[in-house]
Amino acid sequence: MRIFPASLVPWSGLGRVNPVRTRMIQELRHNSPLLSCRFDPAGRFVFAGAQDNSIQRWELANARKTSLTGHRSWVRGMAFLGTTRKLISGDYSGRVLTWQLDADAPTPEQTIVAHRGWTRMVAVSPNGRLLATCGNDNLVRLWNPADGTPIRTLEGHTCHVYNIAFHPGGQFLVSGDLRGIVKQWDLARGTEIRSFDAAVLFRHDNTFRADIGGVRSMAFNADGSLLACSGITDVSNAFAGIGRPVVVLFDWRTGSRRQLLRPAANFQGTAWGVGFHPSGFIAGVGGGNGGALWFWRPDQPQSFHALNLPNNARDLHPHPDGRRLAIAFFDGAVRIYDMMP
Amino acid sequence: MAPFYACNSPEHALSRRQFLAGAVAGLGGLSFAHMVQPAAAEQLRRMQKRVLVIFMAGGLSQLESWDPKPGTNTGGPFLDIATSVPGTHICELLPFTARQMDKIALIRGINTAEDEHGRGAYIMQTGRRPQPAETYPHLGSVAAKLLAPPTSALPGYIHVTPSGSSGFNRQDAAFLGPRFASVTLADGNPPANLLRPPTLTEQADMERNAIRARLNNRFAQGRRSADTEAYTNSYDQAAQIMRQRAIFDIGREPAHIRDSYGSHEFGRHCLLARRLLENGVTFVKVTHSNYDTHHENFDFHIEQLGEFDRTYATLLDDLAQRGMLDSTLVIVMSEFGRTPNINRTMGRDHWSRAWSVALAGCGIRGGAVVGRTNANGTAVTDRQVHGGHLFHTYFRALGLNPNRNHYVDGRPIPMADPTATHIPEVLA
Repeated sequence: MRIFPASLVPWSGLGRVNPVRTRMIQELRHNSPLLSCRFDPAGRFVFAGAQDNSIQRWELANARKTSLTGHRSWVRGMAFLGTTRKLISGDYSGRVLTWQLDADAPTPEQTIVAHRGWTRMVAVSPNGRLLATCGNDNLVRLWNPADGTPIRTLEGHTCHVYNIAFHPGGQFLVSGDLRGIVKQWDLARGTEIRSFDAAVLFRHDNTFRADIGGVRSMAFNADGSLLACSGITDVSNAFAGIGRPVVVLFDWRTGSRRQLLRPAANFQGTAWGVGFHPSGFIAGVGGGNGGALWFWRPDQPQSFHALNLPNNARDLHPHPDGRRLAIAFFDGAVRIYDMMP
Repeated sequence: MAPFYACNSPEHALSRRQFLAGAVAGLGGLSFAHMVQPAAAEQLRRMQKRVLVIFMAGGLSQLESWDPKPGTNTGGPFLDIATSVPGTHICELLPFTARQMDKIALIRGINTAEDEHGRGAYIMQTGRRPQPAETYPHLGSVAAKLLAPPTSALPGYIHVTPSGSSGFNRQDAAFLGPRFASVTLADGNPPANLLRPPTLTEQADMERNAIRARLNNRFAQGRRSADTEAYTNSYDQAAQIMRQRAIFDIGREPAHIRDSYGSHEFGRHCLLARRLLENGVTFVKVTHSNYDTHHENFDFHIEQLGEFDRTYATLLDDLAQRGMLDSTLVIVMSEFGRTPNINRTMGRDHWSRAWSVALAGCGIRGGAVVGRTNANGTAVTDRQVHGGHLFHTYFRALGLNPNRNHYVDGRPIPMADPTATHIPEVLA
């Protein structure tokens, strides 16, 4: 296994964090509900996609807010090309835009028409040479992030592809779809290697004649030995969102399901975000009947700590300092949480 | 309220021939009696008006369909797209429908002021607000009574549902009587047990039916009522369905037609609806389930409208190519729309204050758009209408006079809400 550049691995700045002491330290507000959040690799800014089609950027040191306009629809997917300080964002019109992430007033520099229908997620490979996107045309596509030229299309999913993540080793990409099928792709050959069964994240509700679920968030741990996929399970009423948040934890080597991680306390809703801390624990956020932040150990199915959040949480991203978390909320706020005692 | 046919009052005889005054005039002043001569029978058949309701159960979002508001705080993530009618845009989830827009009229200013499913459905299917003292018949029952040919043996009002059980629903007809009640075809299947059991020979079945008919006739002498008539009629209809059960078999359609409608449930049901209408059923309602998207409104509308869009566009095209669209009123309705506000689980809730219905076909001016909502779709700002206006419009489109009365025990009951009028802008 290779050694990964620290700037590309969330929470790589190891600190003696204690999740049980997690508390909010900063609240950054916008006037439209938020869908997504990401810290830039240097940890200077936090970006959030909003339901007014904008991306909001806050400088953490002074809370200065800048609006990035140019998308025609909601932005759920954001990633960074650290070498050129680019933000790459994908929206629900199918377009992907690039921005100079630290410009005073960033404007779109490049537009890629990536998917027919929604672009649901974007990701940049560990070496920065590949941009991956996925969307509602059931496709995963690879691009040259430097100039936006297409490199390869990965076909095989039979429904909307909700999420993608590069394995830290750099050779593989995983993609998860509505039905909880997670595919592993060989990036050099463009071939499917195997699939992981996360169907627990999917249900067809026969009463409402509708599919519900999907891989709503996806993350590898730092050494790539574990893959976490989050979403909703045990759905009893799709249209009321009656179900339980869950994280499906896979053993990368064997491809088998290692654990189903659930909140220890009763909660109805979806686990919208998941991430690993390098020290081994897993964090997840959810929204439904309120919001919550959970912490798990990989070998225990129930959370060892939970924090009630002030609103429905929709995304989670770890700061590279290893101690802070950004959480995007329905009420228009990005709240920063600190895990240091 | 059960009608009492044995009263022999002249009012209850008010029927299809009286309401079809316009149609008779269209034949150069021929009397109805002349029309039913064999030479005119085919012409009458071709003139037969029909209705197809596509009921978007649960409440279709007007913002994700007929009245998009992209770029506003309520607009959601979808864009709008141009249609075959210059200046008219609809949601990007309806690309096939957009190409058929010249056949479709939109009513964008509906305010039914009722956010409860059952009561909203009642308003949309009867044209009246629920009242404790009176129950009104469904549009389908009215159509079955006033538009179905006297010789029609098949049910006049058929409801194709995605689930449940097949059977007769007398409450839909209210005071019109159970003869005009709907027949539910769950998943397009005829009511169970219609087929003669293999152990019963055809001869024995005929003898059994003859005995039943003699007993019925004896009982009906002096005691004829709507219920006894409906009972007898249901046997006749069952027999007709048995004889014509091939109508229900969409497998008899060419493969390319089945493919064009789609292999999913809604596609199959719409193809069945076309076959039923083509074979003499006056009113068919197809329920598409489900749009009650309090949670994940956008993902669910992608899924549901992904089925609806192509099938609906195909259906309009198919009806037009068969020469049936001019005589078939096609209505896309729900019990209400959905809130402009997007809730915390990315859902939209019930909203009856400003929503839309789409009409096409018989008597409708394709491409018309009437009514307007404000910038973010929270209120009607121009040409507000309610269920009563819609029913006046449906009846006018079908050549019926909505200002006439039904009569129940001699008591006149207006066909449509007398406080409303039709919407002339959408009529051809």
